Formats: sequence, structure tokens, C-alpha cells
Amino acid sequence: MSNNHLKRTSLYVGGSSPSKMLDARFYHEDCIVYDLEDAVAATDKDAARFLIYQAVRCHRPPNKYVLIRVNGIYSDFIAEDLQAAVRARPDAIRLPKVERACEVQQIDAAITAIEAAAGIPLGQTELWCNIESPLGATNAKEIATASPRVVAMALGAEDYTASMGAQRSKAGWEIFYGRMQVLEACRLAGISAQDAVFSDINDAEGLQEDLKMTRGLGFDGKTVVHPRQIDLVNAAFTPTTKEIRNAMKVMEALQEGARNNTGVVVVDGSMVDKPMEIRAKTILAQAKAAGIETGEWLK
Amino acid sequence: MKIIKAAVAGTLESSDIRIMLCPREEHGIEIELDSVVKAQFGPAIEHTVKQALAEFDIQDAFVQLQDKGALDCVIKARMQCAICRACEITYDWTKEDAQNEQ
Amino acid sequence: MIKNSLGRELPEQIGDYVVRPYQTAQGVPPSTGPVVTRRTAEHRQRGEEKLQPTLADAIRAAGLADGMTISFHHSFREGDLAVGQVLAAIRSLGIKNLRFAPSAVVNLKNFSLAEYVQDGTITSVEASGIRGELGDGIINGIITMEKPAILRPHGARPRAIEAGELQIDVAFIAASAADSYGNCTGQIGANPCGSLGYSFVDAHNAGRVIVLTDTLVPYPCCPVSISQQYVDYVVKVDEIGDPQKIGAGAARLTKNPRDLMIAEQVADVIAASRRFEEGFSFQTGAGAISIACTKFLADRMKTRGVTASFALGGITAAIIEMYDAGQIRAVECSQSFDAVAANAIASRSGVVEIDNADYSNAYSKGGFLNHLDFGVLGALEVDTDFNVNILTGSSGQMMGGLGGGPDVAAGAAISIVALPIVRGRTPSIVRHVFTCCTPGETVACVVTQAGIALNPRHLRYEELKQDLRNAGLPLVAIEELQQLAQSITGVPQPIATTEKVVAIVEYRDGTVVDVIRQIKNNAE
Repeated sequence: MSNNHLKRTSLYVGGSSPSKMLDARFYHEDCIVYDLEDAVAATDKDAARFLIYQAVRCHRPPNKYVLIRVNGIYSDFIAEDLQAAVRARPDAIRLPKVERACEVQQIDAAITAIEAAAGIPLGQTELWCNIESPLGATNAKEIATASPRVVAMALGAEDYTASMGAQRSKAGWEIFYGRMQVLEACRLAGISAQDAVFSDINDAEGLQEDLKMTRGLGFDGKTVVHPRQIDLVNAAFTPTTKEIRNAMKVMEALQEGARNNTGVVVVDGSMVDKPMEIRAKTILAQAKAAGIETGEWLK
Repeated sequence: MKIIKAAVAGTLESSDIRIMLCPREEHGIEIELDSVVKAQFGPAIEHTVKQALAEFDIQDAFVQLQDKGALDCVIKARMQCAICRACEITYDWTKEDAQNEQ
Repeated sequence: MIKNSLGRELPEQIGDYVVRPYQTAQGVPPSTGPVVTRRTAEHRQRGEEKLQPTLADAIRAAGLADGMTISFHHSFREGDLAVGQVLAAIRSLGIKNLRFAPSAVVNLKNFSLAEYVQDGTITSVEASGIRGELGDGIINGIITMEKPAILRPHGARPRAIEAGELQIDVAFIAASAADSYGNCTGQIGANPCGSLGYSFVDAHNAGRVIVLTDTLVPYPCCPVSISQQYVDYVVKVDEIGDPQKIGAGAARLTKNPRDLMIAEQVADVIAASRRFEEGFSFQTGAGAISIACTKFLADRMKTRGVTASFALGGITAAIIEMYDAGQIRAVECSQSFDAVAANAIASRSGVVEIDNADYSNAYSKGGFLNHLDFGVLGALEVDTDFNVNILTGSSGQMMGGLGGGPDVAAGAAISIVALPIVRGRTPSIVRHVFTCCTPGETVACVVTQAGIALNPRHLRYEELKQDLRNAGLPLVAIEELQQLAQSITGVPQPIATTEKVVAIVEYRDGTVVDVIRQIKNNAE
């Protein structure tokens, strides 16, 4: 299910709370991230591993892309985290604070060994890399291509801002460069680009503003920390009816032009060039992924 | 396997279970169950608890359960955690591999 | 044993109670004779006093004797201090064997109601629900009563009174302000509870009426809810109740994202209906989901540019806020669910106190429910026939009361039951409810976080299906919800009961929808 799965929203759910883990399967997030890292106290990592393992094995949410976020690559917990997390058979492992391609390769090797031992098809477990520092951002291009397991990268804004010595703001200029580095690396590698969390869960208007920027820049989805943000984020990454209609118009005109051998195709007074065609196709692909009827234009 | 010390896992939040596992001088398993769903799931809860103890080959234990409506898989996870803590062992995750081969 | 049309097995007779099995939601026809009342004509002379020095004096003056029936309202809910004082006075007079018939028995913690049953002061109970120690004791067989409790929805109580099935000898009415001649209200004074909706039918029909107040005001009391012409005696007490406890727990706006999600879907269902148009009407209630739903509904109304003609029933601060914003023309308040709502009647011309019978009684010349578009209801369990349980918990406790649930379901054009699919390890969508309270045929729609299920047997199924489809709302079958719930929790063991009937659940028309049998104690 993982390859073409929608990744508009990924919701973090702490691995210490059975009730929150149960509730999360019913929200509308595309991806659910069971968290062993920040949401779990150091003394409770063992308990969270058992709980997440059982939850994913026994009550895996249907139709959702399932991730487990493990602890940091250099932490004392990573080895056992991977032992448990890979065996739970999630769609992906989410790695925090990735800074170098060699780290990804090291984790890749560890995962391969566990897959082999557990009888899981080799390479089945995907990786999402969280970029949370200037070094990680600088190395983003290498990280994105360090392993075929890497299918997405996400900016971790809080840690990134802290290590930049910057102040986190709603406008987000302090993470702008980091965002662009992650986004560009994802586009070059052909993987999903995931934007940073918007932390104020009570500020729906601020989130809307932030989403306008995120989607405008070209991100594919956003991490959320509270269920209340899910529907807004999903909506932002789902094309509007107007956008879909325009995209269909472009595709119709191109088809018509091809049929009649017209050199130049014009829609609403402007010439349809290659970028317009790519944009139209992207919109229709996003719409289709979100379950909206778009006709046959994607063939 | 032998229980070395008393250990606790889980919380008293809704949908969770707090399990206390203690060494027991006499032979056998003693279970004390307090549950909000005892009427409907009492035997099922005890079955899961005994199964978890058997998995680790624990013969003697006193198990105190304060259940707030935990699902079966939550009870299993909390038991595994309590046992590892009480026996001071690290869980051998390769055990799961054998179970997954049909 | 007989079976009613819902398939519930009932004894033909329980003691001297003859069971009339439930047939349809339409109900059996009323008797054509005049209504029954115990009210007597009196001829009070100028200068005659109604004020009594103590409760015991008033009770003695009213002629309360062994075997009689007494009544109360439950408008203070768990903040009530009146019932305890009255029962203590009754006990001091050595009166026994009473039928206790309040509008509801809430979980009163300031005294032990169970003790009055154990010492024989109270020997039978009739109410909309029996929460707390007494209810749990009765269902578990710890407290035994000779007669089973009779549980009636709010609309059935006035019907039973006027049909002569529940005749009240002495009604006790706690009022937050009263004059010494009996004019009284719940709207002003030190401890206002708001609407005295439940007390009207008692005042109009009881043999004797005693008003208790902690705020004696100069004659005439203004505003007035229950007028002097119905009142026999007035007693001043220290305190009748704590209004802060009316909405304890229930009236806060939830932050639980699960409940918010369910509430939002309820608002989606309402907004999708063709009946959601200028001048529509609704009732939402006081549960966490209901209040959140009221907020979402207010947003949808703003977006769509529609206002409501009236909001009905138990009223919360969320409804008053909508009234103040001009979104509702009239708030018809049979009960005030929090301090804001309690104070709103006196200060707002469009927020009015109504008789509970006007809200919920099906056997009158027509009330508000016949004009209600949407009713949102909570539930403990719903089964795949859409039958609703609002009384008994899964482990055999008395968890709730019937309230106006069965009335609203039958009366509203579109009735929506909102609940989470599981609570902890307890499934809420089940094959068969433990106690049937609201017949499935009156439930249009069930909303859970896992989806919306429409009832194919509801009168407006086609209409609602079309409207929800047009709005793009996804629908699931109730059976799917039941299976999903079961796959999460596992299959619960059925609760074992004895043959002893401890409570009878009556419908709006006095027929029996179900009985509650005593739980077998499996510890032994």
C-alpha cells in the first residue's frame, strides 16, 4: 500500500498512551507516526516499544500509512528500537536528527539485518528522514539518495531553529532556507517533501497562512502534532475544484491540439507551455490521490 | 524464569492497565484483578495474563491488576514490560520471528 | 413471558403491575375521559398564613401519611439539597412506606438515599432514572425493594400523572425565591436553578404542594413560575441547592479531539439536511459531544446565513451564546443545565421557561416536539436495530436516566444519536442493547468517529440518505460499526441476570419497552 499512498498529513501519536493510540486510527490523517522519541520519557522507552509493537501488529489502522519514529541514531535506545519497530512491520521508520548520508546507510544495514532475521522482504521497510539541523539541511541532497529506502524527508523546525540560534516565529522566515534545502533535495531525489510542524494548535488562522506558504512552495504534506490540525492540512494539500477544472481544461486543450496537429495550444488567452502541462498533471494526480474523480487525463 | 524484584508497568489512565508483578514465596500464580469491565472481560484478562507469564516460563508470581478498560493487546504489552522489568532482562525480539512463521 | 414488538421478553405481570407490551412509536390511543388530578378546590381566607416554621410542620399540615406518594424536581441535579432535608423531616415524623416519585433520582452525595429505602421510609421509586448508590444497589440486588422501580421518560411522567397511574399526594418544590404565599420561581434568589419545568405538572395535580425556599422575598414574588393558587404551604430553609453543581462535568466544552470529531460530524449531518434552512429548530442537550456540537452548529449557521426559530429542552451556556448572537429567536427552556442558562431566563425576553409537559408529553393537545426538526441525543449503547440504551452500563450499573431521549427521538423529524464507537474496552455499538430505552424505529441516524449510519426503518430514511449523499458525507452500515467495535474490544461475555425484575422501562405511552433484571453476582 505504501508506494502511492497519500502523504498530506502525518500525525505523531505518543507511544505511552493507549487511548490516544486507539483514537488516532479514526482521525483523517494519511500517515500515523507512533512515537518512541520525544513523546516518551527515558524510563518508559521499554514500555512504549511493547505497546507500539502490539498496536501495529494487532490493531494496525486500515488504509493508513504507518510509521514508527525511533530514538536518535546516537542514543542508547536505537538498537532495541529498531529490533522492535522493524518487526512491527510498519510502512516506514522515521529517523530523527539525520545529518549525514552515512548515518542513513548504517541504519539501512541494521534494518536489512533485522528484515532478514524476521523473514520480512528485504527493503520493504521505508525510511523517512527528519532534517533538524543546519548540517542535516546542508547534506539533504546526499541524505535523500543515501538509500533506496528513503521515500520522504521532513524538516524538524524546532530543533533546526534552536541550532541556528534563531527564534521560532509564525511567519517562519528563520526556517525558510532550511525548508528550501529539504524541498529541493526531495525534488532532485524524486521523494516526498514534508513540511515542519505548526506548533500553535489553537491558531487555525496562523496554520492557514503557514499552509498557503507551504503548498505554494511545493511541499507534499505536513507533520501535525494535534488531531485538530488534520482536516485543515488535508484540505490545503487537496486541489480545489477550480484548480482541477483549470487543469482539466489544459489537458483537454492539449489533447485537442494533438488531434488537430495545431502547433500552439491556447487556454483562456494564454499559451500552454511545458510547465503549465506539468502543473496541470500534478494537480490532477493530487486530486486523484485524494479520491476526487478526475477522468482519464492521467494516462 | 524467576522474578527478582517487584515491578510496575502501565498507568491508571482510561484504556490502560497498571500491572504490579511481585515475587511469590509459595508455588504458583496468584492474580488479583480489579477491572471496570470485569463482568464482561474478567476471564479474558486473566487468560492473557497467564499466557504472558507462560511465555516467559514464570511459575511463581503475584500479579496485581488495576484495569481501566485496556484492550487485549495493551494488556499483553504491559505484561511483557512488567515481566522484563521484574526479571531484569532485555526482551529477545527474535522470539517474535518464530511466532510469525506459520 | 411475552415479547413486545422490539423482541424484548417481558413477564405478563410483575407483582400487581400488569405489563402492556410496547407496540409502535405511535403509541396507544389516550383515554377519552378527563385528565385525573388530586388537586382540590380550597377556600383560603384573607389573613390565613401558608408559611410554616419547619419542614416537619409543613409535612404534618399536608397530612402526609404511610403509603403515600411524594415528588420532587431534579433541576439542581447533583447540587440538590432539598430532597435530603425533606426525607430527614419525614423520617423524624416516623412516616413509612412512601412511593418516591421525583422527576429523576440523580447521584446525590450529601446524604444516603439508600438508607431511606433500607429503613422502610421509601418502599418504591418512580423516576426517569436512578443514578448513584440506590440505582446500583437495586440492580445488583444489594438493596431489595418489594416493587420494581418504574422508569419513565420525561414525557411519560406528566402523561402517567394525568392518566391517574402516578398520583402525587404531596409535591415538594424547591424554589430559589418565593413569597410567603407560595408564588415562587427558580430564576432569582441566592441559588437560582433556572427553569422549574418539571414542577408544573406536580403543582397542578398533587393533593398538596409544599414550596421550600432559601430566599423569602416580599409579596408578590416576581418573576413567578409556580403561582400561589397551587401552593398549600411555604417553608424557609437554609439552602435548597448549589447551582454551581448543576452542570458539574457535563457543561464544560470538551477538548477531547475524539468527541470534537463526532460533534463536528453531527453538525455536518444537520447542515446537509434539507431541513437546515431559515427558521429551523433543534435540541442538542448537555453531554460533552452535544455542547461541542452546538458550537459547530453555530458556525454552520453563520456560514449558511440561517437562524433558528427555537432551541428546546435542557439549555446550556452554548445555546444562550447563540441567542445573544441573534442566531436563535426563542429558547424554550424546560431545564437549565448550567448557571449561565439558569440566569438567562430572567435577563432575556426570548429565553423562556416552559412546562416539561409542553416539551415532551405526547398526550396533550400538541407540544414543541411536533415542531422540532433536529434532536441530538447521547447514548451508552446502540444496537444493530438502532435500539438505544441510556440506562445501564456494560458491567451492570445504573449509568444514566431516560431523560427526554425517547421523547425527542420520537418527536424530532431527524433524530441523531452521537457516541464513540468504543469506550475503553466497552463496545458502544452492539448486537443487542442490554436495556432497550428508545425504540430503534425512532432513531434516524447514528454518528460515531468511525462513520455515520442511517436507519433504513426510519420514516425519513430516503430523504436523509439523499441529503447526506448530495453533501458527500460517507455512510456506513450499522452492522459494520458493530463489527469494527467488536474487532477492537473482543467479544464481551453477556451479563448474567436472575429472573427478578428490579425496574420497568416504560415508553411515552405507558407501554413497556423493556425490564431490567437483577444482575447475578458472579463473585460467588
